[in-house]
Amino acid sequence: MSGVLSREWLLSETPASRAHAAWVRRYRGWLLFRANGLAMVGLVTAAIMILASLAAPLLALQDPSAQDLAGRLAPPSAAHWFGTDELGRDIYARILYGGRVTLGMVVSVVLLVAPLGLAVGSVAGYLGGLADRVLMRVTDVFLAFPRLVLALAFVAALKPGITSAVIAIALTAWPPYARLARADTLTVRSSDFIAAVRLTGAGSGRIVLRHIVPLCLSSVIVRVTLDMSGIILTAAALGFLGMGAQPPMPEWGTMIASSRAFILDQWWVPTIPGVAIFVASLAFNLLGDGMRDVLDPRQR
Amino acid sequence: MNARLQMLASGFASIPITLFGLTLVTFLIGRVMPIDPVIAIAGDHAPPDVIAAVREQLGLDKPLFVQFWIYLQNLVHGDLGRSVMTTHPVTADIAQFFPATLELATTAIIIAILVGVPLGVFAAARQGSRFDHVVRVVSLAGQSVPVFVLGLLCLLVFYVKLGIAPGTGQLDVAYEGLVPRVTGMLVLDSALAGDWDSFWDALAHLAQPALVLAYFSMAYITRMTRAFMIESLSGEYIITARAKGLSSARILWRHAFGNIAVRLVTVLALAYAGLLEGAVITETVFSWPGLGLYLTVSLLNADMNAVLGATLVVGLVYLVLNLLADVLYRLLDPRVA
Repeated sequence: MSGVLSREWLLSETPASRAHAAWVRRYRGWLLFRANGLAMVGLVTAAIMILASLAAPLLALQDPSAQDLAGRLAPPSAAHWFGTDELGRDIYARILYGGRVTLGMVVSVVLLVAPLGLAVGSVAGYLGGLADRVLMRVTDVFLAFPRLVLALAFVAALKPGITSAVIAIALTAWPPYARLARADTLTVRSSDFIAAVRLTGAGSGRIVLRHIVPLCLSSVIVRVTLDMSGIILTAAALGFLGMGAQPPMPEWGTMIASSRAFILDQWWVPTIPGVAIFVASLAFNLLGDGMRDVLDPRQR
Repeated sequence: MNARLQMLASGFASIPITLFGLTLVTFLIGRVMPIDPVIAIAGDHAPPDVIAAVREQLGLDKPLFVQFWIYLQNLVHGDLGRSVMTTHPVTADIAQFFPATLELATTAIIIAILVGVPLGVFAAARQGSRFDHVVRVVSLAGQSVPVFVLGLLCLLVFYVKLGIAPGTGQLDVAYEGLVPRVTGMLVLDSALAGDWDSFWDALAHLAQPALVLAYFSMAYITRMTRAFMIESLSGEYIITARAKGLSSARILWRHAFGNIAVRLVTVLALAYAGLLEGAVITETVFSWPGLGLYLTVSLLNADMNAVLGATLVVGLVYLVLNLLADVLYRLLDPRVA
């Protein structure tokens, strides 16, 4: 018997404990994931982007809001790696700090959406009957709008800004999670182990939280990863339309909106944030694609 | 057949409820807005009695559910209020702008289907080949690229640098107002009028936004087609067909594709609905005078009647398309019911 977390231990056919079995399953999944070259590219790119935006104060050589009107719209150079924008601010620094804004929005949306969708879906699926019908009707209503359009209307009503954008995207993004969680709940609801838990006297709350929600998690995680790029694109689109992050803030979509007039002569100024959005969104799409193959072979 | 009719009926039964929810959501959005409509009309420094009068005139002194009832009544009469920006009734504005969106979205979906479906089929037929990988990356890129960046870059390259495409808008200024409005879709109208100069100009203006939008939608169509085809090609009837010595083209298109065609119709209807979303941004970039541009311009002017009216109409179209997908699926697929 070799040591814990060695390759042999991780590939064991006869796990000694539950934890061991879980590790074997995770390692097998990782091997499957690693074999998918594109997914690895996505993982590495996403990791680099996340780390870079977290370390923005260390990596950015200039203050992202320091203006230099004499040196505005400068092409990329040694001093300004990506050039400067219409107010002479360093685009490289603004991209890094913009990553923080985008990342923060994505994380907040996911933190709002995943629990909400899980709660609605698992409760609807477990209780069935009237509760199910009412909750799913509400879900259908929110699904009946294209996401960006509903988000736009929400933001317009709330007041343009990052907080409103996050709330608006979250309000429009939860229905698919509820659908997913409900479908998963329906498949496990009538299984024997749930009946066994119920016989031991567990209440509905405990059954849903401890036994049903954990089983819905893997499909929710896959969906979250695939949704990340959608959230990034929606956030950027809101920023571009002037309904998301507001101008002095370095947000990628907003940066494109404020510099789109310069695309004719200084094409790199709006293009660089565009590339940033594209790369981030593509990375999460590749990552999500690979995760789906590993975690949820049904959904291919 | 009877059971199938019943299923259809149960599908339709949910429409009124969803519609009701749709109107309730738009109504509530209109009521939570921080801009007080009374102050917007009466001005900041209006005396209290004027404010009260305006409030009463707008019906805002009534309980919320009464206000909603009035809103519903107006809606049934096709009254969505007046746009502050254009001073026209919102319904008239929407009728004015909608055909342009329809023209753009329909052209885009046709291009997307013509390119996306064959790409998906061939990628699935050669699963794991280099061609398959290229298709996968191209379609993932299509799902990842922000439509407004793609639009701006297209304008930069094809209009500014190469000069082979016209600029923004639906028609060159020189041709404006020459063609009588019949459908509101300029390409169709100019063809109907026999004005071929206008026709070619309208078509040239349509090309760029339609292609940008088509790429966005093609990515989704290709991916779904590929996934369906891979499943279909692994069926035993495909092996049987091979054993019988049928040509591979016949197997691919008749046997494998024939089996996924119904499911694909659903995907296409959903993709068409999804184009509404892409159209909002594409129209903004290309100044295409459609519903999306109307929506964003109204947004920037805080013209809430127009915003909510456009949102409701988009929601309605979306709902109808989703329903159409559902109905087509149930009608065409003999396995359902």
